[in-house]
Amino acid sequence: MMSFIFGKLTLSAFEQSPTILAAVSFMGLVGLVVIILLTKHKRWGWLWREWLTTLDHKKIGMMYLVIALIMFFRGGVEALLMRGQQSISVGASTGFLSANHFDQLFSSHGVDMIFFVAMPLIFALFNLIIPLQIGSRDVAFPFLNAMSFWFFAAGAMVFNMSLILGHFAATGWVAYPPLSELAYSPGVGVDYWIWALQLAGVGTLLAGINFLVTIIKMRCPGMTLMKMPLFIWTALATNVMVVFAFPILTATLGLLFLDRFFGMHFFTAGFGGNAMMYVNLFWSWGHPEVYILIMPIFGIFSEVVATFSKKRLFGYASMVYATAAITLLSFTVWLHHFFTMGGGADLNAFFGIATMLIAVPTGVKIFNWIFTMYQGRVRFTLPMYWFFGFIATFTLGGVAGVMMAIPGIDYELHNSLFLVAHFHTMLIGGVMFGLFSGLYYWFPKYTGFKLSEAVGKWSFWCWLIGFFLAFGPLYILGFMGATRRLYHYSASTGWQPLFIVAGIGSLIIAAGFILQIAQMFISYRDRKKNIDLTGGDPWDARTLEWSIPSPVPEYNFAIIPEVHDRDPFWDAKQKGVMATAGRAYEDISVPKNTSIPILMGGLAFVFGFAIVWHIIWLVVAALLGGVTLLAWRLSSVDTERVIPASEVERMDSELRQKIAA
Amino acid sequence: MGVKYKIAILSFLFLLAVAGLVLFFYSHSAVMLNPQGFVSLHERNLMIIAVLLMSLVVLPVFILTFVIAWKYREGNSKAKYNPGLVRLPIYEVLWWSFPFAIVAALGVITWISTHALNPYKPLQMQSAAPSITVQAVALDWKWLFIYPQQGIASLNFLEFPVNTQVAFKITSDAPMNSLWIPQLGGQLYGMPGMSTQLHLIAQRPGNYMGMSSNFSGEGFAGMQFTAKAVSSSEFTSWVNTIKNSSSTVLNVAEYEALAKPSQNNPISYYSSVVPNLYNWIVMKYMTPVSSSSTSAGTGTATSTSTST
Repeated sequence: MMSFIFGKLTLSAFEQSPTILAAVSFMGLVGLVVIILLTKHKRWGWLWREWLTTLDHKKIGMMYLVIALIMFFRGGVEALLMRGQQSISVGASTGFLSANHFDQLFSSHGVDMIFFVAMPLIFALFNLIIPLQIGSRDVAFPFLNAMSFWFFAAGAMVFNMSLILGHFAATGWVAYPPLSELAYSPGVGVDYWIWALQLAGVGTLLAGINFLVTIIKMRCPGMTLMKMPLFIWTALATNVMVVFAFPILTATLGLLFLDRFFGMHFFTAGFGGNAMMYVNLFWSWGHPEVYILIMPIFGIFSEVVATFSKKRLFGYASMVYATAAITLLSFTVWLHHFFTMGGGADLNAFFGIATMLIAVPTGVKIFNWIFTMYQGRVRFTLPMYWFFGFIATFTLGGVAGVMMAIPGIDYELHNSLFLVAHFHTMLIGGVMFGLFSGLYYWFPKYTGFKLSEAVGKWSFWCWLIGFFLAFGPLYILGFMGATRRLYHYSASTGWQPLFIVAGIGSLIIAAGFILQIAQMFISYRDRKKNIDLTGGDPWDARTLEWSIPSPVPEYNFAIIPEVHDRDPFWDAKQKGVMATAGRAYEDISVPKNTSIPILMGGLAFVFGFAIVWHIIWLVVAALLGGVTLLAWRLSSVDTERVIPASEVERMDSELRQKIAA
Repeated sequence: MGVKYKIAILSFLFLLAVAGLVLFFYSHSAVMLNPQGFVSLHERNLMIIAVLLMSLVVLPVFILTFVIAWKYREGNSKAKYNPGLVRLPIYEVLWWSFPFAIVAALGVITWISTHALNPYKPLQMQSAAPSITVQAVALDWKWLFIYPQQGIASLNFLEFPVNTQVAFKITSDAPMNSLWIPQLGGQLYGMPGMSTQLHLIAQRPGNYMGMSSNFSGEGFAGMQFTAKAVSSSEFTSWVNTIKNSSSTVLNVAEYEALAKPSQNNPISYYSSVVPNLYNWIVMKYMTPVSSSSTSAGTGTATSTSTST
């Protein structure tokens, strides 16, 4: 009876190690403070009406940001714990973490940083920027957009539950079978991994479909494909990759679930299972995923460099073709993740060369950015700082990447810390630096004030120097034969000094992150000083999002613009004619708030939790609840609210007067 | 303003110099830059060629970025401002074709080297004496090395003659692992139900660090072993010592006890090994019958070829 009600869940699931207890208590404390603040300021209703039930893409974008920030904190603490452990766990000392706890840490660090930090940051920017840059009032499917977010949030919550109940996977974030099969990982850890990724992955897939349709169908009049800002091109490419790659992940996780739940043998060692099939499938998703993360960054820098060079993007057509080339090639290189599993020479050489080919369009992009600056007027603002940081790190990471694309070299470097250093160079120096650049660039659009440059530059230097200190030693350690995922090593290896330097580097990065948080508070405090006097165009920028007031009104564009140029806002400013000039206001319909997406997300969380613990009745209940909610939504008609043209005109002129004042 | 950027550039150069010094200082202990084997030597040289080729693109990119950004900075009114310059077809052709040429060169190198360094291919060395075979089995969490020609086995220790090709067959009776002796050459995965191959040669006697490079669970950190390259006479006497010792016989029962998870096992030896044990370990995953099959125990198992 008890096992019917609670599945595999018993009281022993609450037993946690002191470090995890400390983390959970800290999270509980923060949660409590938030609850007290909300109650004290009577903000519960506000939170529910304005945020949790919203279908506004801008607010959904900001909620993605909030989750990414919280999860970045978690992933960062995990990184510091690992660096601490590896700095002292040498010879006779075994450090302060058990092997199993360390294994869980590097598994969850990887999952966290990729799925719950980088991905939401990218979808935050998609939500915040895509509709504005294409001159649209909304995404194609606002309800689906909220659903995507709440499925993603449910995945994040299932992932975090593993801190409180039970444990997380101790398999590495790739969870290769047979290690991730029941025979070697009988606990709930891998199930948490499966369902956190499954829910977040479904959310990502739905969001990918949404933005693909948004970009294809919702562009304003005059914006032909070859007039789209490059960020939109890269977003289009990204979402094409999402739509093609994420179903593979969903299917792979599904098969692993069947193995673990029903005792099937898709990937088991025996009974006809084939673990290498999993490895193929995983990287068929996993390699495009890498480009899903980096592609939007190419778009961000294309906007940032053009704006801060006061010049149109150089070689636009080249950039578009390079983007398309990377998108196609990203699906043809997955095997380079396992040259060392015994692939023949022809096979390995083919995938090695395919991998190197990606360096060509990537190089073209960098040359085009350089020539965007050439004969321009370069302003050394924060977003540009991150661009220079990106060039300094990303090119080095690229060299390391092409090295490992050569199978003969990969045999020596695979699974070493050199590899770890390489992909952190791409993910921190590439993805994170790019995201920071974009976030600093677009921040004033949503707040009406800029972030403090002085503190920002301090944090930049902390990140850059910390990065080289933290990952430079890892490249060397790789050459010294240090493999990844070691919770302990012998003193005779001589690795310890380098691990200590890497630990110091990670602390400097942490200081950079703290400075960024401080920067937010300081800039908010001094927002009057940093206010964007132009009312919407603080950087003298080029694309449509800067033509509307900051913060962006609910309907984005009071009048839908018509564009005739690749840099429509710049063009309008040069000619002195706004794209909306002479056109009448019209009634605008905006989607009404609905609580269904958050309730669906809640049920998705319950479903994920229940299936991890094999609580079958709850799984069935959650599924039935989901179907009911969906039916309810599908049968509701009154889902939109109309803002009459006169009201739009009144609000718009008010905003314009405020700016003029 | 100018001073600030100079400081920034100087400190960046300083950092690079520090990195270079560290690299120099560590190059003697960086085993990979210090190869002791035929394969690792070629792999190291390949690395150097690749880095040099790539620096033909990367260095100009590096320099151009910072020089151009600085030259065309907003404050510099002497620099030309030409916002209309958005296409230079010749230049664009240049930076599509120049990286492509480098990748083409690298591609040729890749094709040739991948075939030359194919770990499955027996090595051709003039000085190479006849090869020995080692069957490596990754277990939870230790390495078992079976010497089928000598009829002995060792745990977490590998000894072999110098200047002799060691032909490894690798499998796993546990999660995936990867056999790696960095100073001698690249690695290869061992996977349950599969048998992979790796060929290495040590060109100098010595004790080399060996390990599993692929995470395989809780005891993974302890999956390290010493790979000892010795003269052929030393190797023969090592084999004879083990053969004549009263250490355990490795039969199926003994193997199944050994295969149970254990961590940080000390080095140990087996004076004899039942024939075809390795094939039995690989093939037991191929049959629907569980591992209690006794055919290998009697030594009558036909040697099914699993080494393709």
